[in-house]
Amino acid sequence: MAFLQLDNLCKRYGAIDAVVATNLAIEQGEFVSLLGPSGCGKTTTLQMIAGFVDVSSGRILLDGRDITHAKPSSRGLGVVFQSYALFPHMTVADNVAFGLRMRKQPEAEIRRKVTEVLALVRLDRHAQRYPRELSGGQRQRVALARALVIEPPVLLLDEPLSNLDANLREEMQFEIRRIQSEVGITTLMVTHDQAEALSISDRVVVMQAGRVTQVDEPYRLYEHPRTRFISDFVGKANLLPGELDGAGLPQVQHSRDASLTLSLRPEKIDLLDNGAGRLQGRILTRYFLGSQWLYRIGTPLGELTVVRRNDGSAPLGEGVDVGLDWQPELLRVLAADEVSA
Amino acid sequence: MNSAMPAPATCARQHRDLRGYLLSAPALALFAALLVVPLLLTLVLSFNVFDYEVGIRADHWTFEHYLALLGDSYFLEIFWRTFWISALVTLLCVVIGVPEAYILSRMGSPWRSIFLVVILTPLLISVVVRAFGWSLLLGADGLVNHAIQALGGAPIKLLYTPFAVIVALVHVMLPFMIIPVWTSLQKLDPAAEQAALSLGASQTKVMRLVVLPQVMPGVLSGTLIVFGLAASSFAIPGLLGGRRLKMVATLVYDQYLADLNWPMGAAIAIALLLVNLLIMLSWNHMIERRYKKSLG
Ligand SMILES: Nc1ncnc2c1ncn2[C@@H]1O[C@H](COP(=O)(O)OP(=O)(O)OP(=O)(O)O)[C@@H](O)[C@H]1O
Ligand SMILES: [Mg+2]
Repeated sequence: MAFLQLDNLCKRYGAIDAVVATNLAIEQGEFVSLLGPSGCGKTTTLQMIAGFVDVSSGRILLDGRDITHAKPSSRGLGVVFQSYALFPHMTVADNVAFGLRMRKQPEAEIRRKVTEVLALVRLDRHAQRYPRELSGGQRQRVALARALVIEPPVLLLDEPLSNLDANLREEMQFEIRRIQSEVGITTLMVTHDQAEALSISDRVVVMQAGRVTQVDEPYRLYEHPRTRFISDFVGKANLLPGELDGAGLPQVQHSRDASLTLSLRPEKIDLLDNGAGRLQGRILTRYFLGSQWLYRIGTPLGELTVVRRNDGSAPLGEGVDVGLDWQPELLRVLAADEVSA
Repeated sequence: MNSAMPAPATCARQHRDLRGYLLSAPALALFAALLVVPLLLTLVLSFNVFDYEVGIRADHWTFEHYLALLGDSYFLEIFWRTFWISALVTLLCVVIGVPEAYILSRMGSPWRSIFLVVILTPLLISVVVRAFGWSLLLGADGLVNHAIQALGGAPIKLLYTPFAVIVALVHVMLPFMIIPVWTSLQKLDPAAEQAALSLGASQTKVMRLVVLPQVMPGVLSGTLIVFGLAASSFAIPGLLGGRRLKMVATLVYDQYLADLNWPMGAAIAIALLLVNLLIMLSWNHMIERRYKKSLG
């Protein structure tokens, strides 16, 4: 049995189904991300686990114990909020010590643990500051330290990085993962940023309109998206009409009445000289992304996106005719979307 | 040559300063005419000699009114009563108003606005009307005594006691406590309470350690307003305290209109102003020093 388990979890707000029959099993020490577009029920799911939102039906099991209706204060989970929710009238040290004081631990023990956890999040020199005297990233670390210091069985993070600017966000992503693996804590993180979910999670749970639509390791999720929605939401994708050939391999079909939708990632397409390859096209626009070039190419199958590594040679110019080629086994067959977003 | 550069800047600055004064001139004039001048006249009056035969002697000066204030136990008793009644009213307003504001801020959408209006409606009714309302309820033949008698008890004297004055003052002052507390509650992050809960705090601990310290500025302004208004209140003690239970403002009224001793009335009024100012400033100073570091 998994460490944290959601059994058929449902939440209704009046007529709105915020979360529908969600099943999820998270192993001890795992880092799982809950990924989905805005309003799909990620926060609601997290808040049900934390105990701030009543469960309509279903069960939540933590280490075999049923906590579906337990009070938030008795669950002992570490929660990091999107707004950080620090106590503005307390110093960083007092913020972090709060949970330990509630547990009536001896003051010497509290001081030792606070020092330790502040070192872990690299804030040892800011212990006596107030939250308003810290930067966004530092506040984020305080929130993390405050949740970690009580040594919770599970860490719940609700969009922990969405208030940070792009650079800091990337840095904190890896920082969260570093801390998580150092402590070895089971973690569930809510995010709507697919890059964030892919880069630091052991597994990603994709949610759509209150339902879980795919649970997979980041690499598998990217390479084998189950539905059209997921292939679009996780990374970029070219959607092509196609059929299965005699050997059961998907093949791109130029006709409009093809029965399958195929997905082909932009970096899986090779650019050749005009006339070569499986498909001919003309470069419409190109964008420089630093390590890569992104081309939009007009073809008889519609506009395709192609990403090529920036290998230091001159890029292809706009208006140039090119041939496109790919390995047929890299085409993925998509299932029809069972839920509409 | 050298002064050519800074000159325009100074010019513009002077221009702007002047404009600032000009713009605030109407308000300053109103303030001076309606507050400062009467206050100065009262101050001057309080040093005039009063003679029961000839009245105020404008060109004779004395300290006797202030000395009488300090020496006469009758005056000291009224000042002391005014102080403890105002302090008790302030305390009751904190005890009732803070939880009320908290509950209000946690209410759902239609109810919150409805109850906010209910709390504010007393402000729309004249204090005099409300005081008469209370005297109808608390009088010897009032509703409360009827109820006590119906339940088999003996009627008790409620009107013209400190009890009546305190109840009515709390009723009048409550909105002045609830509004500033409610305003500082609005600034609270509800997630901070959830965070405290998730860290193992009980609901009472959340209130005491997380919510209350953050609404302290609101409570402080509330106490200042309520104490100041209660200590200088006139209509309620006048109508519900009766002839014998005097507070400072009613005492001033009596000195002016019953004894016709205007200089004595002026001296009491000035003394009330000074004592009130002293108490409020030291209270403010005390609380602010305690919360300064954490509340910024
Ligand atoms: N208290 C509430 N009352 C009624 N409906 C609610 C309430 N809270 C959430 N909902 C609805 O439930 C659905 C899921 O909301 P939720 O906050 O879980 O979304 P989310 O996935 O966290 O979105 P976001 O990425 O924007 O934070 C939404 O349609 C929302 O409107
Ligand atoms: Mg959310």
